[in-house]
Amino acid sequence: LRKNVEDFTGPRERSDLGFVTFDITADILNGKNGLQISIFDWNVKQLFLYLSAEYSTKNNALNQVVLWDKIMLRGDNPRLSLKDMKSKYFFFDDGNGLKGNRNITLTLSWNVVPNAGILPLVTGSGHVSVPFPDTYETTKSY
Amino acid sequence: GIGGGAAMDLFGDLRRMNKRQLYYQVLNFAMIVSSALMIWKGLIVVTGSESPIVVVLSGSMEPAFHRGDLLFLTNFHDDPIRAGEIVVFKVEGRDIPIVHRVIKVHEKGNGNIKFLTKGDNNEVDDRGLYKEGQNWLEKKDVVGRARGFLPYVGMVTIIMNDYPKFKYALLAVMGAYVLLKRES
Repeated sequence: LRKNVEDFTGPRERSDLGFVTFDITADILNGKNGLQISIFDWNVKQLFLYLSAEYSTKNNALNQVVLWDKIMLRGDNPRLSLKDMKSKYFFFDDGNGLKGNRNITLTLSWNVVPNAGILPLVTGSGHVSVPFPDTYETTKSY
Repeated sequence: GIGGGAAMDLFGDLRRMNKRQLYYQVLNFAMIVSSALMIWKGLIVVTGSESPIVVVLSGSMEPAFHRGDLLFLTNFHDDPIRAGEIVVFKVEGRDIPIVHRVIKVHEKGNGNIKFLTKGDNNEVDDRGLYKEGQNWLEKKDVVGRARGFLPYVGMVTIIMNDYPKFKYALLAVMGAYVLLKRES
């Protein structure tokens, strides 16, 4: 599970807005019992995948923002190889905590939706830390 | 006629039952209803949610959940609210529970938490559904977190809601069955 990112921020109104582009290379497996087998067993209807950014700011001890999501249906290829993806949703902070924030952690997780039964949330192994720069970008358009 | 004969049998049964048998059957019925209520209240206590079983009412979480699916919730006080979780919440002043996913979380050191939700099948987040001027949800708005689900089973309650005649017919049949069934 690997991600590479580049980034820049821009102030919008009074909150920081971050822009992140990323690559995702992932293999969604079911790691139960130590064996790595396909996640799509008889009781898995679909997966709801999402990339979330987690970080701390002066304003808030914990922030989590979902940047991107994808629904993977049973029958789809569990291997992901996405390049140069832009975040689907605006990465607004609750305040100005993105500027100069050195430690934004991006993690890929998924919600397993069964045909019937328990709805587990699984976090993928492997995450990437992203630093935001100290200054705002005013010239780049997105 | 033949149909009239069956109805006469029914009334014959009722008249033949003496008062004591009738009271017994009524008490039987009351016990069944009380047991059901106790189980429901027990579930509320065990899960910490005011409504531990909810029916999905809209298609805003498709293709994961469809109208008529049943969801099982927990609402433990110490369970943190995290991005990606499916929560059932009520907008202040409205009775209808909404089942959507948490997409943004901002939590302060003291545990004060505010979050934003969005239906998987919706283009935009739920800010349009919240109260006028409300931008975030808080823990108090949460009915519970979806932990498990069964497809289709909740359709019965939707049908009963949309077609009240069906509900009354069902209750009448159930009532008649309990009152008239014979103890051997």
